[in-house]
Amino acid sequence: MNFDLAAFRAEFAFFDQNPDWVYLDNAATMHKPAAVVAAETEFYQKFNANVHRGAHQLSQQATQLFEQSRDTVAAYVNARSREEIIWCSGATAALNQLAFGLMGSVLQPGDRVLISAMEHHANIVPWQFHCQQHGVQLDVIPLTVNHQLDLAEFKRLLALKPKVVSVTQVSNVLGHIQPVAEMVQLAKAAGALTIIDGAQGVLLQQPDMQQLDCDFYVFSGHKIYGPTGIGVLYGRQETLELLKPLLYGGEMIQQVSFSGTTLNQLPYRLEAGTPNIAGAVGLAAALRWLQQWDQSAIALHKQQLLKQLYEGLAQLPGIELLSQSSKNAGIIAFNIEGEHHSDVAALLDQQQIAVRAGSHCAMPLFAAMHKNGAVRLSLAPYNTEQEIVRTLLAIKQVLEILHG
Amino acid sequence: MSNLTLLMSQTEQALQNIKQQQLPLLTQTTDWQSKYRILMQLGKGLPSFSPELQRDELLIAGCDSKAWLLHEFDQDSSRHYWAFDSEARIIKGLVTLALCQLNGLSASELTQINFQQLFALQGLQQNLSPSRQNGLHAVIKTLSMQAGLLD
Repeated sequence: MNFDLAAFRAEFAFFDQNPDWVYLDNAATMHKPAAVVAAETEFYQKFNANVHRGAHQLSQQATQLFEQSRDTVAAYVNARSREEIIWCSGATAALNQLAFGLMGSVLQPGDRVLISAMEHHANIVPWQFHCQQHGVQLDVIPLTVNHQLDLAEFKRLLALKPKVVSVTQVSNVLGHIQPVAEMVQLAKAAGALTIIDGAQGVLLQQPDMQQLDCDFYVFSGHKIYGPTGIGVLYGRQETLELLKPLLYGGEMIQQVSFSGTTLNQLPYRLEAGTPNIAGAVGLAAALRWLQQWDQSAIALHKQQLLKQLYEGLAQLPGIELLSQSSKNAGIIAFNIEGEHHSDVAALLDQQQIAVRAGSHCAMPLFAAMHKNGAVRLSLAPYNTEQEIVRTLLAIKQVLEILHG
Repeated sequence: MSNLTLLMSQTEQALQNIKQQQLPLLTQTTDWQSKYRILMQLGKGLPSFSPELQRDELLIAGCDSKAWLLHEFDQDSSRHYWAFDSEARIIKGLVTLALCQLNGLSASELTQINFQQLFALQGLQQNLSPSRQNGLHAVIKTLSMQAGLLD
């Protein structure tokens, strides 16, 4: 099967509505295909009811759609069972649940948690906060000079016997793909529970939980063509059982009296309150839609765009590339020498090129690179060759204005 | 004269020059490239803060670049004066534009100013991204507070 870019792009009404924009902020959020918008709309128009508790058929119908969506996600990530899929609002919520939920049940005073210098704040700050309160030591895998994780240091830090290792699959700033499969094996051999932040990595290829064999994997729906406000906390059933719930109330409870409360079974035990039902339905629609396309052809197209953009940038004078082009998920961070990233972004915005500038919720990574921030261009398969050409011309224009 | 007093008087002098020489160009120019070029020139004309004046307590929170704002109320003349610096050239240009309209005004004159219009006057606001706008709103809020217009 070949990749029909025009047909793929036509799935996104956003581009018809915004024909003058080049959208290169896909790592922040992606656009939604018609199938996702239709699934959410259809849910609200035809099936809206609360799940799990209604005495009426409408609620049963909504529950069925909601639980079928869980099955779709479970199949997509090749989980062992549907109970391994916990709905949450996104990767940040999932990581907060994990940091909170493992304290005390798994992590005792004096234990260690290992993260990396490349993490998003969502995989740093919850650990920092809860580790400090529980007397748990937080260790950090440093970077190599090429802005990759230092695997030699990782192995050395594993010798300190961390109970939990939590690392990102892809740097949200640089796009660098990390060897998480190898890292999971090493961490498991060292006796640690493993958490993979798949926020930027879930799109690389269809994730296979049984093959990756990590204990937890988290991702956000809106970064894989789905709606905002829905995400997934995947966990092996036996390790999910270890988690203390972060939130209480609603379907997660089996029985309440003032002498005590019994919690429900997985997955409901970790899903307090009314879930984002339409969001779950929308995310399942996104995954089903995505699977209709030839994945290797999509990946190839994105790699071609990345190559075109990277080589084009490398030819411009005074461009400092922070990302490497090999093993890159489609993100390029760069600066213009001597210029502030916010000036570059403002001048691109003026030309209707949507990018992100700043430290991208990864201040420790920038500290490790001795930079204040960067401009980030993040690609999606619906981007076109012409858009890359336009972006490179716009950056040339920025250079002329700043240096003129 | 202290560093601080020197900076305040140099800034006031620079703003007078900018008002006479560069500001008219900004309003005459129509193409966006020249507009930004002039705006950045405006900022370049405003004296920089020396490293010892780039103090954390002068930083404006909510800007995606570091920006320092210094305020002084001159008791003798009952007038407000500011000095400003930023790592980013466009924000410095924009705040210079604002200070051209504010510096040296009395408290009652400042009440006549529409702070939301300080940048919009030149038709530039539409060119600013939300994060930058947020930064400018933080600058406007700080300026208004220092001018005694907000509690």
